[in-house]
Amino acid sequence: MKKTSVFNTINYTMITLFSLFCALPLVLLLMVSVTDEKSIIKNGYQFLPEKFSLEAYKMIFTGGHDIFNSYLITIFVTVVGTLAAVMITSMAAYTLANKNVKHRDTLSLFFFFTMVFNGGIVPWYIICVKLGLRNNILALIIPSLIFNPFNLFLVRNYMKGIPDSLRESALIDGAGDIRIAFQIYLPLSTPVLAAISLFYGLAYWNNWWNAIMLVEKSNLYPLQYYLLKLKSELTMLTDLQGSSAVLSTITMPTESLKMATALITIGPIILLYPYLQRYFVKGLMIGSVKG
Amino acid sequence: MEMKTNLKKLPNIKSGGKGSLIKDIIRNPMSYLLILPAVLYTIIFGYLTLPYMVIAFQKFNFRTGIFNSAWVGFKNFEFFFKSASAATVTWNTIRLNCLFIFFVTVFSITLSILLNEIRNKWFVKITQSTFLFPHFISWVIVSYIIYTLFSYNYGIVNRILGVFSIEPVSWYMTPKPWTSILVGMRVWQATGMSVVIYLAAITGIDGSLYEAAEIDGANRWLQIKFITLPLVMPTVAILTLLSIGKIMYGDFGMFWAIIGDNGILYPTADVIDTYVFRALRLSGDPSQAMAVGLFQAAVGFVLVYTTNRIVKKSFSEGALF
Repeated sequence: MKKTSVFNTINYTMITLFSLFCALPLVLLLMVSVTDEKSIIKNGYQFLPEKFSLEAYKMIFTGGHDIFNSYLITIFVTVVGTLAAVMITSMAAYTLANKNVKHRDTLSLFFFFTMVFNGGIVPWYIICVKLGLRNNILALIIPSLIFNPFNLFLVRNYMKGIPDSLRESALIDGAGDIRIAFQIYLPLSTPVLAAISLFYGLAYWNNWWNAIMLVEKSNLYPLQYYLLKLKSELTMLTDLQGSSAVLSTITMPTESLKMATALITIGPIILLYPYLQRYFVKGLMIGSVKG
Repeated sequence: MEMKTNLKKLPNIKSGGKGSLIKDIIRNPMSYLLILPAVLYTIIFGYLTLPYMVIAFQKFNFRTGIFNSAWVGFKNFEFFFKSASAATVTWNTIRLNCLFIFFVTVFSITLSILLNEIRNKWFVKITQSTFLFPHFISWVIVSYIIYTLFSYNYGIVNRILGVFSIEPVSWYMTPKPWTSILVGMRVWQATGMSVVIYLAAITGIDGSLYEAAEIDGANRWLQIKFITLPLVMPTVAILTLLSIGKIMYGDFGMFWAIIGDNGILYPTADVIDTYVFRALRLSGDPSQAMAVGLFQAAVGFVLVYTTNRIVKKSFSEGALF
């Protein structure tokens, strides 16, 4: 009896420690963002701010910053991209799950092949440039993000579980494949469509790969890329050149503003997290049942 | 009218063999229309990338294309292998990936076994959510976190060192500790996801095995050692094998966000992918970048093939193909 309680104590302690390891860095980010500028300069970054201040958030939300524009770009790209991606994926999944299509397994292989064999980033870049996907909003939406075979197989596996008799009776009633797909299969697949919407949405939200490769105009920078630029300028100035005295003449965002900016980009993720987690775990399970 | 055409599709059994693709398309035009966007995308961004791999042997010119660029043999490979960076980036990629795989696996197996022993449901739920959360955070944000920890002026780590009256370290100018920092952040970001997978594998184990072991007098530790561990091993093997397949690929997002173009840290933290990126975007030579990419893909393929054979020989359930 005593042995189990020792085991339990160690067990609970270790798990709690790792949870703290996961959570504390984000708590620190939050704390710095609500710390008064002067106390940062005096004490450095702290978990418990000496003086509390919401100045940074006020500055962001009163607008006039580039970040506002980046926020709009990211929201637009995420919404439009996710909608298009979910459409393309679920339509294709219907065909792969349709038993009347004799070549559906060949088609699956066709998609799987490029997951394993592809030319890598250099040919990808050349093709994007040739298609004119540079310095425009489409460059942030189409390449790499708008279709993912992994999500396709997820939806296909789910749709395979829908009884064939439904499609057959609809066919007898005179419905075509397009109607069956949109009016029967898609509504019945809501759980898996919710899961892939979250996957696609998250990928769009966190993406800066397309921006770094294909976009040079700063008014097209999505949030994450904007943040990256901001950070590399700051580390260059403060940490690589040592002195921070030069900073005062340049209009640089302050320390807390920087962290507040980083934090508001995770805002939507935090809000959606309960759903995100549920569907993420579900999605993983659907995916691992049939690889 | 329409009903008639649709009825033709119904008898599946009669049609027997597969028939040609064109026949299939004629029989299901709408289905093929639905899959068309995905097919087009895969052709353009997947299959069309393959012929471009030959530019590794050319001096590629954007204007003339692959058919009219000059062939240069192995010159692009020579350039890479003769440079001092070749050994550094290759070694760093493999070394850091091995460390990532090792530490993430050890942490996630330990944690999922421990979580499985806990009966308090809400505790499991809350901690598991906490573990998984970093998975959804982009590496750019992670680089901000690292900055709050290791910044010279304001960073927490230097402040803590100050408490013990140790001189502050300018972390962004010291390459050595970055191996540990990167491994730490990787564990932070990736463990939760593996815990989800391992925990699913563990809860799938037949409960009667544990009951039988208990009757035979095995304590919890022995049960973990002789039941849980051996039974999650196939899952561990598959996940490890999948990661070994990517061992030649440095996570570009991670390294570029955290290290970026800070050349001082290259000795420990520059990987093949960041090197290729610089060759492509900064020095603007796609052919050299492609040569490195091709080398990466070739070695990667050999590695997957060999590890798969080894795993297949030692225990077959873990093998991929």
